[in-house]
Amino acid sequence: MLEVQDLGIRFGGLHAVKDVTASIPAGQITAIIGPNGAGKSTFFNLISGFYQPTSGRIQFAGEDITRLKTHEVVSRGIARTFQTTTIYRELSVLENAMIGHRVRTRAGLLDALLRTGRERQDVQGSRDGAMAALTRVGLAAQAHLPAGALTQEGQKRVGIAMALSSDPKLLLLDEPAAGMNPEETVNLMALIRELVAGGLTVALVEHKMSLVMGLADQILVLHHGQKIAQGTPAQVSRDPAVIEAYLGSHAHGGQMGQTTPAETTLQKGGAHA
Amino acid sequence: MTLFLQQLFNAAALGGVYALVALGLTLVYGVMRVPNFAHGGLYMLGAYFTFAGLTRLGWPYLLSLLVAALLVAAIAALMERFIFYPLRDAPHVQPMIAAIGVLFFMEAAIAHPRVFGPEFQTMPSPINTIVNVGGVTVTGQRLLVIAASVLVVFGLNYFLKRTLTGATIEAMSQNRQGARLVGIDTNRVGMLTFAISGALAAVAAALIAPINLVSPSMGEVMNLKVFAIIILGGMGSVPGAIVGAFLLAFAETFGGAYISTDFADVIGFAVLVLVLALKPQGLFRRSA
Amino acid sequence: MKRVSWGWAALLVVAALLPLLRPSGYLLDIGVNIMIFAMVAYGMNVLLGYTGQLPLAHAGFFAIGAYTVGILTLKAGWSFWLAWPAAVLLCAALGLLLGLVAFRTRGDVFAIFTLGVGVIIMLVINKWDSLTGGNEGLNGVNPPAGLEAFAQALGLKLSAGFYYLALVSLVLTVVAVARARGSTFGLSLIAIRGGEDLARSAGINVYAHKLRAMMFSTAIAGFAGGVYAVYIGFLGSAAASPAQTFTILLYLLVGGLGTLAGPLLGTALMYGLTQALQGLEDYRFLIFGPLLVVLVMFAPQGLVGLWLRERARRAVRAQGRAQAQEVNRA
Ligand SMILES: Nc1ncnc2c1ncn2[C@@H]1O[C@H](COP(=O)(O)OP(=O)(O)O)[C@@H](O)[C@H]1O
Ligand SMILES: [Mg+2]
Repeated sequence: MLEVQDLGIRFGGLHAVKDVTASIPAGQITAIIGPNGAGKSTFFNLISGFYQPTSGRIQFAGEDITRLKTHEVVSRGIARTFQTTTIYRELSVLENAMIGHRVRTRAGLLDALLRTGRERQDVQGSRDGAMAALTRVGLAAQAHLPAGALTQEGQKRVGIAMALSSDPKLLLLDEPAAGMNPEETVNLMALIRELVAGGLTVALVEHKMSLVMGLADQILVLHHGQKIAQGTPAQVSRDPAVIEAYLGSHAHGGQMGQTTPAETTLQKGGAHA
Repeated sequence: MTLFLQQLFNAAALGGVYALVALGLTLVYGVMRVPNFAHGGLYMLGAYFTFAGLTRLGWPYLLSLLVAALLVAAIAALMERFIFYPLRDAPHVQPMIAAIGVLFFMEAAIAHPRVFGPEFQTMPSPINTIVNVGGVTVTGQRLLVIAASVLVVFGLNYFLKRTLTGATIEAMSQNRQGARLVGIDTNRVGMLTFAISGALAAVAAALIAPINLVSPSMGEVMNLKVFAIIILGGMGSVPGAIVGAFLLAFAETFGGAYISTDFADVIGFAVLVLVLALKPQGLFRRSA
Repeated sequence: MKRVSWGWAALLVVAALLPLLRPSGYLLDIGVNIMIFAMVAYGMNVLLGYTGQLPLAHAGFFAIGAYTVGILTLKAGWSFWLAWPAAVLLCAALGLLLGLVAFRTRGDVFAIFTLGVGVIIMLVINKWDSLTGGNEGLNGVNPPAGLEAFAQALGLKLSAGFYYLALVSLVLTVVAVARARGSTFGLSLIAIRGGEDLARSAGINVYAHKLRAMMFSTAIAGFAGGVYAVYIGFLGSAAASPAQTFTILLYLLVGGLGTLAGPLLGTALMYGLTQALQGLEDYRFLIFGPLLVVLVMFAPQGLVGLWLRERARRAVRAQGRAQAQEVNRA
C-alpha cells in the first residue's frame, strides 16, 4: 500500500531519517518502534507531507506522493494523529471531526455567501461524515461537548475521529497509548483492531511493547534515523541488532548485563522512554 | 568621486544607527518570539529623553545619552515583566496587539502639548567640528555616529559570545526549550534582553537625533525600517540584522538620490515586498 | 441559537425605525459612522477573529475603497452604483495580491508586512497628487443617484437616506460574515486559528483558505469605504492611517474577537464614548493604548466573548448534571 525508498531528511547537520526503505502492507497493522529520537515521528511527518524529504521517494497506492502538500496527501487517503494530543479543545467534539472531513468537501467562500446547493450538501455531508467517525470511536453521545471537557483518553479518541473523518485508507497513529492506563490501552487496542477489520490499514508508533506485540502484524525498527529491522514481532524480538539498539541506548538505565529474553528487554526498554 | 565618498559616509552613519535599532529588535524576537511593535516607541523615547537632558536640564550630551539609555532600558524591562512575560503563552496576536497599544500610548504621551507637543523639534548638535577627510567634509556628529555604533556593535558581539549571560541570550534565541532544559533562568533573560534592546534603541536615537529632527512619529517610521531589516536578515539573526541594516542604509542613501525622495522612507519596505515575493524565508535564512 | 436570531431581528427593526422618529442630525451622524466603522471591524474580524491573523492594513483598504468611489465618480463620471462594486472588487484583488506574498511567510511576518503595506498605501494616496488630490484631498464626492429621492419618498432628509444606505450595507455585511462563519469554509478558518499545523495535517489547504479570508476581509473594508466616500463627501489620506486601523482594532477587541455581535457592539460603545468625551480625539491613544493592553491581558475575548463563555460554562454544567442524574437513575 505504502512504499518508501531511500527516504531521508536532514535538519542542518542532523540526519533525522536516513535511507529508509520499507513498506506498509495493506490491511495490516505495522508498528514502528525505536528509542526516543530515533526518527519515528519524523518518518510520519515525511509520509504525511508535513516535511519535505531531502532524499528518496514515497509511493502510495501506486502513485508517487513525495512532493505533495499535506492536504493533497490527506485527500489521497493518508491521515495521521500527533504524538501529543493535538485537537481543538475549545471546539465541540463534532466540530473537531468536521474539520477532519473538510478535505472531502469542495464548497468555498462563494458557496457559503450564496448558500448554494453545494454548500448545503457539504454541510450535511460534513456532519454525517463526522458523526460516522465519532460513532466508530464511540464518541457519538459526546458530539456536542467541548472537546477540552473530555478525559485524556476521550481527547485521544477525538484526535483519531478527526483523522478518520477524512475517510483514510491508511491511518498513522503516533504514540496513541501515551498517557493511558492499562484499561484504556486495552480499549484502544480493541478500537484499532475494529478499524483494521473494517478495511483500514494502520501504522503506529508506540512504546508500550505489550500493545505492539499484541497488535502488530509487522514491526519496523528505527534507530538513529535508520531502519535496522523489519519483520513479524517474533522475528524482530530475536534480532540481534534490535536487542543491541535497545540495550545500547539504555545502558545507563541500569539494564546493562541483564540476560532476560529479548522480548522482555524490549518491554522494559521501551516503556519508560 | 567626492560626492560618492560623501554619500558613503552618510550611508555608513545611517547603517550604524539602523544596525543598533535592528539588533535589539532581532534579539527580542529571537528570545521571546514576539515582534515588538513598541520598539520604534523605545527609539523615539530615547531621542526625547536625550533632547530633554540637553535642552531642559542643560546636561552635557554624553550624560544625556547615558541617562536616556538607562531610562529606556528600564522601561523596556518593565514592559517585558508586566506585559510580554504574562502573555508568553497566549496566542501570538495578543502580545503583538499589546505592543501596538504601548507604541501608540508612548506617541500620544510625548505628543501631548503638556509634554513635548506634536511638532518636529531640532536637537542642538553637541559636536560642531567639521572634519576634512581627503577633500570630503564630514560633520563631527556623523563620525561620532559611525565610531559609536561600531563600538557598540562590537561590544554587543563580545557580550553575546564571551560572557555567560550573553551566551545565554544567544542560546535562548537559538532554542528556547533547549535553554530551559540546560537550566537557564529564562525569565531573567527575557527581561535583560528587553533592557538591552531598549538601551540600544535609545543610544541609536541619541546619536542620530542631532542630524535628523525629533518628532513623536519618528518611531513609527523607524519601526518599518527595522522590521524590514530583520525580516530580510532572517528574524532573530544577529549577523543578518547588521548586514540588512547596512544594505538598507546604502539603498536609501544612493537610491534616494535617483528615486523620488518622497518614498525614501519606504524604499526598504518596497524592497522587502519584492524579496519576500521571491524568497519567503528572507535573504539569510537561519539554519534550523 | 433561535434566541440570538430574534435579538438581531429586533435590533434591525429598531434601527430601521429610528429615522422615522426624526432624531437630531447629530445622532443620525453618529449612527452612520458607527455602522460604517463596524463594517470595517467585521472585515478585520474575518482575519483576526476567525483566522487568527493580525491584519494591520485595513484602514488602507478602507481608504482604497473610498478613493476608488471618489475618483471613479468625480473623474471618470461613473455612477456610484457601478463605482461601489468596482471598489469592492479592487480591494478583493489587492487583498489577494497582498496575501499571495504575505502568507508565504508565517504568522508574525504577516502582521509586520501588512503594517508596512498600510503605511505605503497612505503614502501613495498622499503623494499621488494627480489622482488622489494629495494633501488637499478629494472634494465634493456626490451622494449616490436616487438616494435623495428615496429619502424624500419617505418624507425624510438626505441624511436619513445615508442612514439607510449604511444600514443596508451593514446588514449585508453581517449576513455575509455569519454565512461564511457557519459554513464548512468558516470552520476551516477557525481550525487555522486554533493551530495552523494541526489544520494542515487535518487536510485543510491553509494557504488557499487564508487567501480567501484575506480577500473577503479586504473586500468588506472596501465596501465600507465606498459608503464612507459618498457620506463624508471629502476624502483625505488620514482615512488610511495606521492610527485608524488601530482604532478599529480596539473596537473589535472591546466587542469580542471572533464573535458575530462583537464588532458592532464594540464600535457602538467605543465610538459613542469617544464622541461623548469631546476633546479626546487627538489624544485618544493616551486611553486607547493602555486599554488595548489591558484588554489582551485580562479580557482577550471581549464583552461578547465573556458573555458567550459564561453561557457555555452554564451549558456544560447543566449537561454534566443531566448526565449525572441519568447515571443515578440507571
Ligand atoms: N523540525 C525539526 N527540526 C530539527 N530537528 C528535528 C525536527 N524534527 C525532529 N528533529 C530531530 O530529529 C530527531 C528525531 O526526532 P523524532 O522523529 O521526533 O524522534 P522519535 O519520534 O523517534 O522520538 C530528533 O533528534 C529531533 O530533535
Ligand atoms: Mg516521536
